[in-house]
Amino acid sequence: MDILRTTGISKSFGEVQALKDVDFSLEAGEIHALMGENGAGKSTLVKIITGVYQPTNGSIWFDGADRRLNSPQEAEQIGISTVYQEVNLLPDLSVTENICLGREPRKFGFIDWKAAKERARKALAKLEVDIDVSANLASYSIAIQQLVAIARSLDVECKLLILDEPTSSLDENETHQLFQIMRHLRDQGLAIIFITHFLDQVYEVCDRITILRDGCKVGTFRACDLPRVEMVSKMIGKSKEEIDSMGHRAPSSSEQALGPVILKAENLESRGVVGPLNFELHAGSQVGLAGLLGSGRTETANLLFGIASYDAGHLEINGKVANKLTWNPRKAVKARLALIAEDRKLTGVIPDLTVRENIILALQASKGAMNQIPRRQQDQIAEEYIRRLDIKTPSPEQLLKNLSGGNQQKVLIARWLATKPELIILDEPTRGIDIGAKAEIEALTDDLCKAGMSVVFISSELEEIVRDCQRVVVLRDRRQVGELAGTDVTMKNILKMIAG
Amino acid sequence: MLKRLRFPIRYVPFAATVAVFIVAYAIGAISFKNFFTLRVFVNLFHDNAYLGIAAVGTGIVILSGGIDLSVGAVIAFTGMLVAKLTACGINTGLAILIALAVGILFGILQSTLIASFDLPPFLVTLGGMFLARGGSFIINEEALSILKNPVLDFIEDNLQLSLGNGVYLECIEVVYLIVLLCGIVFTQWTPLGRRIYAIGVNEQSALLMGVPVARTKIMAYGIAGFCSALAGIVFTVYLKSGNPLNCIGLEMDAIAAVVIGGILLTGGVGYLLGSLFGVLTLGLIQVLIMFQGNINSWWTRIIIGILVLLFIFMQNLITKLSDKKQ
Repeated sequence: MDILRTTGISKSFGEVQALKDVDFSLEAGEIHALMGENGAGKSTLVKIITGVYQPTNGSIWFDGADRRLNSPQEAEQIGISTVYQEVNLLPDLSVTENICLGREPRKFGFIDWKAAKERARKALAKLEVDIDVSANLASYSIAIQQLVAIARSLDVECKLLILDEPTSSLDENETHQLFQIMRHLRDQGLAIIFITHFLDQVYEVCDRITILRDGCKVGTFRACDLPRVEMVSKMIGKSKEEIDSMGHRAPSSSEQALGPVILKAENLESRGVVGPLNFELHAGSQVGLAGLLGSGRTETANLLFGIASYDAGHLEINGKVANKLTWNPRKAVKARLALIAEDRKLTGVIPDLTVRENIILALQASKGAMNQIPRRQQDQIAEEYIRRLDIKTPSPEQLLKNLSGGNQQKVLIARWLATKPELIILDEPTRGIDIGAKAEIEALTDDLCKAGMSVVFISSELEEIVRDCQRVVVLRDRRQVGELAGTDVTMKNILKMIAG
Repeated sequence: MLKRLRFPIRYVPFAATVAVFIVAYAIGAISFKNFFTLRVFVNLFHDNAYLGIAAVGTGIVILSGGIDLSVGAVIAFTGMLVAKLTACGINTGLAILIALAVGILFGILQSTLIASFDLPPFLVTLGGMFLARGGSFIINEEALSILKNPVLDFIEDNLQLSLGNGVYLECIEVVYLIVLLCGIVFTQWTPLGRRIYAIGVNEQSALLMGVPVARTKIMAYGIAGFCSALAGIVFTVYLKSGNPLNCIGLEMDAIAAVVIGGILLTGGVGYLLGSLFGVLTLGLIQVLIMFQGNINSWWTRIIIGILVLLFIFMQNLITKLSDKKQ
């Protein structure tokens, strides 16, 4: 039985058509994956279903009636709830309040806290979570916070639950726990839309899959009828053969002579944060930093780039010691280092500047404000990198916020390439972008190596590291536990080291 | 689940305030004769009632993630208004009601600007401060005293509670305690009050959780306006005159009391009860210096400054500690 049907949904933002004539239906009691590359229209479709956007054309039927939703609150009132990747709750308030806010049980007009706690406890018990509900939300892990968000959704009469990338900050155990809960809720008749970038998870938990590409629906399939490779090829619109060739880029330069040492870390350590670290980075080679979430990968990147200071050991850049007291990002940039940080929204892209301005930013900063790069040269640089990195933008003057995640990432890389670095650190450059863009970024790092640059590649997806890196530094619990090189760089070896 | 007996970290700032107050009080009690008396204690409430009432309003605004700089000026304005209206022969009760209405309206006007145009509260209430201050000079350029007002005299002479030994609990401190109690009940036990905390923690999230952010903000500043007006009336009754120069910079004392009371300046964290101890601590420092006799009274300000800095430092530390625990 259908609970939701959208018919002929289209949505355009100015001249950009984000969705074209999408028919989408959802049954009660199913987990339905919504798949697609960035820019495929997933998030636009979800925002239309949850009332954040209103469709330019088309209609929404939900639970027995045609609906016109003007706000997320209206959607919530008819039983459509969303849990986002970033938990949109109130960390400084108690778990009870986060579940009951806006619908607190009352007694004589005043909040009946006892009943509220009881209700919160019950709502969480449905998810098999047993925690102290009077503690602040912030005192729990992201996983628990997400479950609290789900509990809040279920506390109202919820018929459709949308989970937007809920697993991206969870570890394996937590993910499995979440899946169990999802199955449990499905069996009780709830419809769930599940959005994720992890293909394994789609097959593990979903009944049906709807694939979008370039704003159009490719199709809806039963998960058991759709082989994985076929799904990927439908998502990126490329054939199986193309993907296979993409996946087996051999680490060709592995056995070749290494270039000169660009960076050398000896017993490098920031006490209580990460270390000791021992490795050398050579020109023309790509080194992977592998490890689980929280193993110290980002901390290592920050240490090398001078964002965090080190208090023991020895750091050498191009043969010159980087003094532990004075090493900072400004000096790192001067020494031709570049860091592309993990959270591009927070620390990287400036959404309200144009593509050109974003690309030129680091180069201009290194020249100083008094020494402005002539406009013609700016245009040249922007054009060059848009071409070299194949950045998909209508023009260099487009505002960056109008580009998809993958293309924003490329702009960020372009910004640092424009400074002509010798060493570039990429912290999770492929996170949250689609498969096509991932492959392109991997190809790009390979090219950079060939051009003589030293690349540090951080990724939580081990296949990427195995595929792209000649050497891998493995971290566990904020310590370096080993280094692999050449033919030893295999998934199995890395996993063995991570597991200890 | 194992329940550990441990002091929740969120009560630490409040507990610290209470501790500072008790320590300061103990120092006074040990050092000075006649300090540890009911009279001194009740006077603490009597002398700081207007500040306390203003701090309740300020506390609510700060909990909502805002700030109100117009407090002192609104106190002066409403005080002048009451003095002027009664001087014109208008019934005192009516004058008080008018002043309260003006205060609420003033707060609502400011917050409507803040909420509908997304203007920074600091600047809007800064503008409000100048308006209200100027307005009080328009009412009268000099102080207006309220002498021989039958209503106020009656209140002063009859509405008081004897606590023995010639110590009386008077009307204004009772008004303060009632306002404080209402504020605490409102913020802790009503859905509207919890909305104030919600928008103070994170406006965006609160909006997504269905909190009407704009309306809640308007309510918070409306309450603050009411408190300022009431503080103005209490101050006028306390001094038996209105003066356009009254309470310049009082909003800063109120903010200091609130911060010392453990309310986080960025909003959403803390308890209104803390503002009571903040106000009492400020008052106590003054009394201590008065008892001491030969220290310049401006040292009060220096000690307040040190206290505020200490508390901000402590809150910062606590925030970091609880982040780390996570």
